[in-house]
Amino acid sequence: MTGRRRLRVQGLSVSFRIPGATVRAVSEATFEVRPGSCLALVGESGCGKSVLAHALLGLLPDNATVSGQAWLEHGEEPVELLGASQAVLARRVRGREIGLIPQSPATHLTPVRTARAQLQEAVRELGSHATADDLAARYGLRPRELDRYPHELSGGMAQRVANAIALAGDPWLVLADEPTSGLDRPLVDRAMGTLRELCDEGRAVLLITHDLRAAERVADDLAVMYASRLVEVGPVAEVLGRPRHPYTAGLVAAQPDRAFVPVPGLPPELTRLPGGCAFRSRCGHETERCAVPPPMDGGVACHHALEDRHA
Amino acid sequence: MLEASGITVRYGRHTALDETSLTIMPGKVTGLAGPSGCGKSTLARVMALMLRPASGTLTVDGTIVTRWRQRAARELRIRVALIYQQPRLAVDPRLKLAEVIGEPLTANGRPDEGRVTELARETGLTGDLLTRWPHEVSDGQLQRACVARALTLEPRYLICDEMTTMLDASTQAHLVGVVNAYRERTGARVLAISHDPILLDRWADEVVGLAGQGDLSPS
Repeated sequence: MTGRRRLRVQGLSVSFRIPGATVRAVSEATFEVRPGSCLALVGESGCGKSVLAHALLGLLPDNATVSGQAWLEHGEEPVELLGASQAVLARRVRGREIGLIPQSPATHLTPVRTARAQLQEAVRELGSHATADDLAARYGLRPRELDRYPHELSGGMAQRVANAIALAGDPWLVLADEPTSGLDRPLVDRAMGTLRELCDEGRAVLLITHDLRAAERVADDLAVMYASRLVEVGPVAEVLGRPRHPYTAGLVAAQPDRAFVPVPGLPPELTRLPGGCAFRSRCGHETERCAVPPPMDGGVACHHALEDRHA
Repeated sequence: MLEASGITVRYGRHTALDETSLTIMPGKVTGLAGPSGCGKSTLARVMALMLRPASGTLTVDGTIVTRWRQRAARELRIRVALIYQQPRLAVDPRLKLAEVIGEPLTANGRPDEGRVTELARETGLTGDLLTRWPHEVSDGQLQRACVARALTLEPRYLICDEMTTMLDASTQAHLVGVVNAYRERTGARVLAISHDPILLDRWADEVVGLAGQGDLSPS
């Protein structure tokens, strides 16, 4: 893998038109992912994090409006993903440069075809040099397990099949969208171990999850998303060890091995995001300044950021 | 007491539970742990009268269950409520959230808007969400409605099957708090099923482990 590769996302916004309203799913997200490292995007369900992943792959429905830029830099002329045609995405990007590990692999697989048939299709379409059996062995499946239908696979097996399909085309960037939902802790640990191996062999990984513990295990950097916006970004140990955004601090405190208390209130509707800071009504530090949207500054978007880690 | 005794369940040739027994003790949160695919959810469905086992007996407050699912005696069925892992698969997509929460009341011929509003408040759902369809809310919001629905008929036994697995830490802490408050208020018994030992350590008074085919061990 060359060291020139990088995904650079700048000011990415996504909104959906629905009858009578506009849903702002992603607002001005800016971040980078580089080979050999993992960025975890965490936030509660419905905060827009999966939409972000789908935008990068051109998989949004017709009622979506996307703005900003997402440059896929790979040594030659970079591809701007948000403006790229479906033909370019299908022929050059999906599966070849970016592999998607989907949410709930058991339901993502086609139910009426065996795992082998689906993996072979990926191998054939992507012109992979590896065979289905090679890929299966590489991602921890026994050959006979490939002859099962999706409903005959356990959650862990379905996960490994999804990994093998996502990686059949040897992509250098892997998007993992809630890859652990429904898996038990040992399987989560195993799935995270696999993602870490992908990083260590030089791939870039963008992990989307609601599971802080899973993120902590695998990621180098963490981006915390709240109500469509990134509110805190930084090295994982720093962000979780000394959170500066009050929302991050609340998520950390809500863990069952910490205070186990929820952040008070509910997140705002994405159809009716308040002006200014979207977290202010739940925060406890609200002042007049919070009516103005806080810019991302030094890794945190808050007018009352908790103690500066670098101070 | 809710007591499952010698429960065996088979799916085709696969034995999911093999003579498994579990008793939910009064006044406690019993944790049930075990790896994916070990039969935890199958046991939950049997104990909620939702799945007839191949053999074994389920006893609800001393009465042996002989009929299952819709045919189960209403009087027994409403004593046990089950909260599922995936709220989206557990609600009728044609019902608005207020109707989802009130469904058990309506089905029992005593609709009660006041009760629905009260439960919605307890679970943290605001009024504007109650008029939404399930596809217009997030998983976390929908699961809040499912927890409210499970509490409408004041069950004596509450089975939480990976209730918070799909949720973020804050929503998890809130919903576990709602279940605990209900338990303290009514003395209901809770079976908390999770593969997360850290959560069960915090939530349950005792934890039982389920290995493959329903082999139970204290853990």
